[in-house]
Amino acid sequence: MTTPSDEGLILHGLSKILGGRTIIDNLDLTVHKGEMVSLLGPSGCGKTTTLRMIAGFLIPDQGHITIAGKDVTELGPEKRPSAMVFQNYALWPHMSVFKNVAYPLKVRKLAHAEIERRVHEALELVNLMHHKDSRPSQISGGEQQRVALARALVQEPDILLLDEPLSNLDAKLRVKVREDIRELQRRLNITTVIVTHDQDEALSISDRIAVMNGGKIEQFTTPQELYDRPATEYVANFIGSLNRVEGSYNDGLVGAGTDAIGIRPEDVYFSHNEIPGGHRATVELVVPRGHFYEVYLKREDVALRAFVSSDIPKHGDIGYVRINKALIYQNGHLVRSA
Amino acid sequence: MARVKSRQKTSLPIRLSLYFFIGLMSLFILGPLLWLAVHAFATNWTYPNLLPDSLTFHWWSKVFLDSALGTAIKNSLIISPIVVLLSMVICLPAAYAAGRLNYFGRKTFLIGMFAANSFPKIGLFAAIATLYYALNLMGTFVGVVIIQLLGTIIYMTWIPAAAFAAIPRNLEEAARDAGASKIRTFFTITLRLAMPGILVAIVMSFLASFDEAQGSYLVGAPSIYTMPTEMYSLVQNYPIQVAAVFSLLLAFPSVLLIGIARKHIIGGQLAEGFQIK
Ligand SMILES: Nc1ncnc2c1ncn2[C@@H]1O[C@H](COP(=O)(O)OP(=O)(O)OP(=O)(O)O)[C@@H](O)[C@H]1O
Ligand SMILES: [Mg+2]
Repeated sequence: MTTPSDEGLILHGLSKILGGRTIIDNLDLTVHKGEMVSLLGPSGCGKTTTLRMIAGFLIPDQGHITIAGKDVTELGPEKRPSAMVFQNYALWPHMSVFKNVAYPLKVRKLAHAEIERRVHEALELVNLMHHKDSRPSQISGGEQQRVALARALVQEPDILLLDEPLSNLDAKLRVKVREDIRELQRRLNITTVIVTHDQDEALSISDRIAVMNGGKIEQFTTPQELYDRPATEYVANFIGSLNRVEGSYNDGLVGAGTDAIGIRPEDVYFSHNEIPGGHRATVELVVPRGHFYEVYLKREDVALRAFVSSDIPKHGDIGYVRINKALIYQNGHLVRSA
Repeated sequence: MARVKSRQKTSLPIRLSLYFFIGLMSLFILGPLLWLAVHAFATNWTYPNLLPDSLTFHWWSKVFLDSALGTAIKNSLIISPIVVLLSMVICLPAAYAAGRLNYFGRKTFLIGMFAANSFPKIGLFAAIATLYYALNLMGTFVGVVIIQLLGTIIYMTWIPAAAFAAIPRNLEEAARDAGASKIRTFFTITLRLAMPGILVAIVMSFLASFDEAQGSYLVGAPSIYTMPTEMYSLVQNYPIQVAAVFSLLLAFPSVLLIGIARKHIIGGQLAEGFQIK
């Protein structure tokens, strides 16, 4: 099952029209071997459609898909070296956990002993040996999710595809399972594309993130870069929190102008004492957010939200505010950060 | 756990009315059967006697030794399985297609089938009889099979169509993704998951065919008699106890089939169900 190619996945000029609408529009994406890439975007932007084209459930109207150096554009899902974990897991209710995981190997006509060995291996990988004879309906959602993962991994696919694999889990489990998935993915060095609309999830487990908008990729880069230098206003708004003001930005002050200025609340520094580059501000509202406070500030030039975790101000306090960093956009595109 | 909970929740009046209802239903269903059963073994049982005079196997041997009755039993046991098989071959592909149609298409198909079926049967049979004369099918085995087939179509399309429609598509997609061909996916996933519905349809169709009398009599008599059509002459020409024996024989496959189906349906997957989360 190993190919000598170092290529992972290449999507080239992919387009898809569904129900008379262009859902995917000339999309390019290259995923390196062993890399974990997130498709991130709001509902309806075409994430699932893209993933289903990679898996082979949908044939693109235009463009090509290459997996491990092989053009698979026209191949059916059963002929592609990809394995998918469905959002609702899609486990077969009439088969035990063991049989669910064994199915892909049975289809491949492997010897009985070999199947046994590899299924056990896969179930051990996801810590589910004790449930191998259970039916899917008898185990919890998180366990079902792991069975689905084992069923995908047992195929030793060139590409692992995950469609919102965590969205049916509760918040706590979601964080644990995503760490587990990331750890497994690293250990097995398996090329992975994961669809999500949860930016936290994308930021914390991806090597790179492709932010999608209306069937196109807005930006495709590392989580850090995406956060620090969002290439478009859309991405800046979508990732993290943002103060967005119109004007011109010079020397930490906002003046009249037509640029779109984006300032992250964590780049707004508040102090009760005078600080270099600081300007006088009034505290208008303080909202506790758990491990930090969201503080609404009014300066002479601009109103800003700041995330503050020490020296917490009170409503009506007067202090000094410095903007550490601002992103300046013209026509939606980043022109400078200062 | 779940069972304990639901039992605690049911209040006494609801439970009592439920028991009353079940008792009433049992009386309705089992009462006549019991009456038949006693008659089948009684030398004589007439009003106002509370119990039959004495018990005997005489009527049973009479039925099994009577050549006309034996032929009818044999005919029924041959015709009904053939009808069910034919019905499956014809209807299951249609049911699959209908189950895979969109919601609107499926509704149209099913309502159409239902409308065709709710047409008064005897009128339909009369029309078919004229056709049969032209085709020389009157009084033939094939003729009876076709007539009985008509009555099974509604079961063999409706129930499996609903079963196919209830299968989440991505269970099939998951199989394709795992490397299974379309055909393999159909047999190992789709058909397997629709099986409870198909089993119910088989039972219902068998019973519909096995019990069908009107049409079979119209086109079969006097050369082909099945168990229900034989009843017509039986009631006129034999003592009531023979009819009772025959009725019990007629009911036997129903009871047997429902017993088998119960095990598969209630204990099996339909209960465990398609409860994929
Ligand atoms: N078979 C189809 N026919 C018509 N339109 C479709 C079809 N499948 C998807 N679409 C449309 O394509 C768009 C993108 O769908 P897709 O499922 O890829 O979105 P998504 O990014 O996965 O969204 P979500 O986060 O809600 O899952 C949606 O507007 C959807 O309505
Ligand atoms: Mg989706």
